[in-house]
Amino acid sequence: MKELLLIAIGSALVNNVVLSQFLGICAFLGVSKKIDTAAGMGGAVVFVITLASFVASILYEFLLVPTHTEYLQTIVFILVIACLVQFVEMFLKKTMKGLYEALGVYLPLITTNCAVLGVALTNVQSGYGILTSTMNGFAVAVGFLISIVLMAGIRGKLEYSDIPQTLQGFPIVLVTAGLMAIAFCGFSGMI
Amino acid sequence: MNTALERLWNGMVKENPTFVLMLGMCPTLAVTTSAMNGIGMGLTTMVILALSNLMISMLRKIIPDEVRVPAFIVVVASFVTIVQFLLEAYIPSLNDSLGLYIPLIVVNCIILGRAEAYASKNPIGASLFDGIGMGLGFTIGLTFIGVIRELIGVGTVFGFQVMPEAYEPVSIFVMAPGAFFVLALLTAVQNRVKMSWEKKGKDASRIQSGCSADCASCASGCKGMAGQGGTEA
Repeated sequence: MKELLLIAIGSALVNNVVLSQFLGICAFLGVSKKIDTAAGMGGAVVFVITLASFVASILYEFLLVPTHTEYLQTIVFILVIACLVQFVEMFLKKTMKGLYEALGVYLPLITTNCAVLGVALTNVQSGYGILTSTMNGFAVAVGFLISIVLMAGIRGKLEYSDIPQTLQGFPIVLVTAGLMAIAFCGFSGMI
Repeated sequence: MNTALERLWNGMVKENPTFVLMLGMCPTLAVTTSAMNGIGMGLTTMVILALSNLMISMLRKIIPDEVRVPAFIVVVASFVTIVQFLLEAYIPSLNDSLGLYIPLIVVNCIILGRAEAYASKNPIGASLFDGIGMGLGFTIGLTFIGVIRELIGVGTVFGFQVMPEAYEPVSIFVMAPGAFFVLALLTAVQNRVKMSWEKKGKDASRIQSGCSADCASCASGCKGMAGQGGTEA
């Protein structure tokens, strides 16, 4: 249990997926204009990454390892993730209208989010089992949620500040991301 | 021969993936801690881009339109796996320093974007050179960013001491935050150029700011590029 907790804190805060691994930058910069959309995107990412790391680690353990085809992991994972996202979207549309309305718009955007594939591959490389992989996936996604919501909050404040014309738009957002990355460096002493 | 040169020029200068289109930001930020890593990542991507463009162009009349994106992904993922094995066998040092970001080339928007926008519509030779041109453009971009970060953060370029002895390296530039700062600088320069072009009345719509609001992810980025390719053709 303690080990799981350490992995979770490490993945969510210390090695934050956006601010220190640079995965999912596109979504991080593109959907962080308002807090509610950022939270929606973050929620969808939590959902998909947790599910994807669970399914990917099951496939790896029970299909790729017994047949000695571990080298196919990249191909298998990316296909599984693409199918999974499609499937989740259809499933939510049919059964859970409320959740679909909250997350639906963001789901197709996640297919090529490199964080999903990145987490699945990291789990395999670190030799995590199914439970640990799922936990790690969840923690990484929570890290994404934290950073995108924080970013959206700061961007809301940025709207009212006087920024030089050249720095308006992406440059100032990237500077903000850099400062946030420095702040997150402070977590590295925790473990 | 003219198309080949035109495609190379287009990839390296006119539609440079790093400086003009702002695509493939994940590897751009993550692996450019040194000039050597930048060039390694760029060339690896170039090889995969050229091969997948070639293959997709060869298959463009066989792949049904409805399943083209999954088909492209399988082609790209296969080449990525092959290249990863080659790197592991022959350049293990590069493989170690790039690590996770080699398999992640699969989801690099440049590759799917070019497959969708160019290789699936154009003949084999032109697609191959399009891939090489775009790949070289990406290599130039990554190497440039790598040189800046290495120069400021360590005081060397490609491992050679450049800065004088008295220079105190700003090591934050080779750490994660530095990547964001350098990219911020780059987008600021891009903004500046765009503004002065607009003032002179030149068409600046070609310059994209990568992941803008309408391109919330690489997926829609590819669609955007596909639309562009369509209007060009």
